[in-house]
Amino acid sequence: MARVLLFGGLADLAGWRERALEAGDIEALRTLLTREDAALGEALIGPGVQVAVDQAIVRGEAALTAGSEVAFLPPMSGG
Amino acid sequence: MAVTLTFAPFDPGGALNQFCAGRTETGAVATFTGLARAEAGDTDILELEHYPGFTEAAIAAIIAEASARFGLQDAAVVHRVGRITPGETIVFVATASRHRREAFEACDFLMDYLKSKAPFWKKSHGPDGTRWIEPRPQDHADLKRWGEDR
Repeated sequence: MARVLLFGGLADLAGWRERALEAGDIEALRTLLTREDAALGEALIGPGVQVAVDQAIVRGEAALTAGSEVAFLPPMSGG
Repeated sequence: MAVTLTFAPFDPGGALNQFCAGRTETGAVATFTGLARAEAGDTDILELEHYPGFTEAAIAAIIAEASARFGLQDAAVVHRVGRITPGETIVFVATASRHRREAFEACDFLMDYLKSKAPFWKKSHGPDGTRWIEPRPQDHADLKRWGEDR
């Protein structure tokens, strides 16, 4: 099971911030999440959304293992 | 080089004094202090979310880049997280160098980065409900001044 984290507006949209889910890679994880929540699925591929695996930004695909931490990061805003 | 995230209000004057203490080879310290705005009553509370570990590491990486690019002697970032009341300090940035130009420019660079690229998510709570605040087009334009679009 991968540990899946949502931040910012994505967490509000989904109604959860953290879940343990079984998926072999990021695409499979997105497919799984889209199947149960189409609006979330769309938001996960929205403009400016980045993905981090084990706290490192990943562009494109990445394999997930049982201990992976996957975070979906909407556009950031500090200061 | 220091990154501090704090849920509690902090005194930017105290942070400055601490940053300046004991420096005998630093000719210039530049600082920026950002305060939470009430937006004419639209914002009662600003809530800042971060990604523990990831956010600190991302800010430390950009401080290292600023340090190399501008030849800094030192830099510090203090950033609030959690619930912030208008008027409170959200962010404090300090840079130290031998001469002023590098300190000024590095401080400007660090703030442009923090506004649109640091891993924070900012939500405004007001009388009309809540809304997530995303970077303005101006914030992206500001970052491009440094010749990159990360």
